Amino acid sequence: MAKTARGATVQLGAPGVEPEGLGRFGEFGGRFVPETLVPALIELEDAFRTAWTSDDFRAEYARLLTDYAGRPTPVTECRRLSDRLGVRVLLKREDLTHTGSHKINNVLGQALLTQRMGKHRVIAETGAGQHGVATATAAALFGLDCTVFMGAVDVERQALNVWRMRLLGAEVIPVSSGSATLKDAINDALRDWVATVEDTHYCIGSVVGPHPYPWMVRELQRVVGDEAREQSRVLLDGNDPDVVVACVGGGSNAMGTFAGFLDTKARLVGVEAAGHGLESGRHGASITRGVPGVLHGARSLYLQSEDGQILEAHSISAGLDYPGVGPEHAALAADKRAEYHSATDDEALAGFQLLAGTEGIVPALEPAHAIGWLAREAGHAVPAGSTVLVTLSGRGDKDAAQVAERLGADLG
Amino acid sequence: MKLESSLRARRDDGAKLLVPYVTGGLGADWLDVVRAVCDAGADAVEIGIPFSDPVMDGPTIQEASSRALADGATPAGIVADAAKLDVDVPLAVMTYYNPVHHAGHERFASSLADAGIDAAIVPDLPVDELDAWAAAADAVDVETVLLASPLTPDDRLAVICERSRGFVYGVSLLGVTGARTEVAAAALEMGRRLKAVTDRPALIGLGISTGEQAVEAAAVADGVIVGSALIALLLDGGGPEAAGSFVCQLREALDA
Ligand SMILES: Cc1ncc(COP(=O)(O)O)c(C=O)c1O
Repeated sequence: MAKTARGATVQLGAPGVEPEGLGRFGEFGGRFVPETLVPALIELEDAFRTAWTSDDFRAEYARLLTDYAGRPTPVTECRRLSDRLGVRVLLKREDLTHTGSHKINNVLGQALLTQRMGKHRVIAETGAGQHGVATATAAALFGLDCTVFMGAVDVERQALNVWRMRLLGAEVIPVSSGSATLKDAINDALRDWVATVEDTHYCIGSVVGPHPYPWMVRELQRVVGDEAREQSRVLLDGNDPDVVVACVGGGSNAMGTFAGFLDTKARLVGVEAAGHGLESGRHGASITRGVPGVLHGARSLYLQSEDGQILEAHSISAGLDYPGVGPEHAALAADKRAEYHSATDDEALAGFQLLAGTEGIVPALEPAHAIGWLAREAGHAVPAGSTVLVTLSGRGDKDAAQVAERLGADLG
Repeated sequence: MKLESSLRARRDDGAKLLVPYVTGGLGADWLDVVRAVCDAGADAVEIGIPFSDPVMDGPTIQEASSRALADGATPAGIVADAAKLDVDVPLAVMTYYNPVHHAGHERFASSLADAGIDAAIVPDLPVDELDAWAAAADAVDVETVLLASPLTPDDRLAVICERSRGFVYGVSLLGVTGARTEVAAAALEMGRRLKAVTDRPALIGLGISTGEQAVEAAAVADGVIVGSALIALLLDGGGPEAAGSFVCQLREALDA
């Protein structure tokens, strides 16, 4: 075990299984992109496959996760929340990482890979701004140029993160086409990439996009699940949690978490954004309400109109405001290995306040959906007395002003 | 094989090929725009099916797509309207893959065939993902045009040219659609590479916006595709007449 100033370095678990063929998870996934991007995706796939089994890449990545990102993150036993809900709640604390969310795990891996491929610029899309901040951070650390595409609506509701990205040296480009949210930011990032692919790496922020992204990002996030599994066993006398819960936007924190528990008996639950309610048509529940389609390079489940136009998603949280989901989740849903439920904006707000008030932990609005779902279902879909691990994918600082306003607080 | 045989015949007669792109559903008179560009000397017409997320398109065609969608354009509606065109040049639809996938491969392919549309161009369906669609399209004689990029390596270029039907669409530059002020060096290289590996008609598209540029690009290939420059005219309030005279200029430049 390598020595670092923090003591022992993070231990990476063994690589997980690759998708079949051209990035297929069952009938989902694939590489549906313009011809110009195909050679770059083949290069990226080869580079990641080589890196992910090479000792020096893994050692360097583990060192960054440890010394720079602050891993491993703890699993916190929530005594007061458990008393309140009648189920035993453990939280996997991605909020405690550098930059405040799980997104850093992915970008440190992709930044290392960018360097190995000899590219000097990264581009990224961002919804809540967490992935943009993480990418800008890694770019500063590695001396890469960085451009972040962000929906104009999100630029507005995540102003603090926009400022942070600029402070870190990134160029932030507001995107006003379409719904001016995450999906449109991805569109513009792809449009940039077809013009710049020779020297630019597209650092996708979730388990979405064309092969190899869904696989690569899941592998770079599996440290969440691998750690949580060992830590839960310590707290649960060698047992796995009965239920493992994570919020699902594109699905990276959930997929990273699930990766550690796929071969256990734990129930895996992904919580999507129900926005104003599933019946309102204003939500982001692409697994619950989507149909198979192809967008942003992958066959998966998307919210669509009757004739195959992609619909706008809605969520109070910018990070869940996406009308699609990573293909591996679509496959897990089809195979019934994972279940997908949803929580409304109001339930997320309730979760946000509940966790703050009972545990002194302010969650980001995205994982507040997971807390809100659990608060609603404890004693129902989650039987009283169950043990539940929830991934707290990020902290709520970025959302404080928005929630304060929504709850009618006067910040002066 | 109506598109390919027709383009081959024109080429063998010594003509440089001209294929304009028109966004379906852009304006109530879009069918008249198609008729006008045919009368002005187009060798085939690409009809764009508007999609909510056109990631290969720059601002001009994005704007055209969103206007058409706002006016209620649907893939089935565009195809049904196109069936009313009694023009004497082949027609191709240009569509992102999702509307095809959503309708179902067989259903979409036969709707094209029934409407008298000869070919389909699906820019986000690369040759590696082609089989399911191509089986359905081949079965009803709808030709699938594949795109080749300046970054496509030689071995892959040969596969693309072999599998393409109708013509091979040589992408002139790295980037999205949109008028450019000059022909990229990559376009000329693309034309030469295509001509070296295939006898299929090779057309250069993306960024071509003037007669001069068309002549320059067509010199190294069999012809050109012109999209954004024409669409910009329509977005600026031009109608069938303006579209016709623009295409007429291109035709004259290519024939000179
Ligand atoms: C804290 C946090 N959690 C979750 C998400 C949603 O992404 P994913 O589903 O990929 O984990 C985001 C995205 O911005 C986020 O910032």
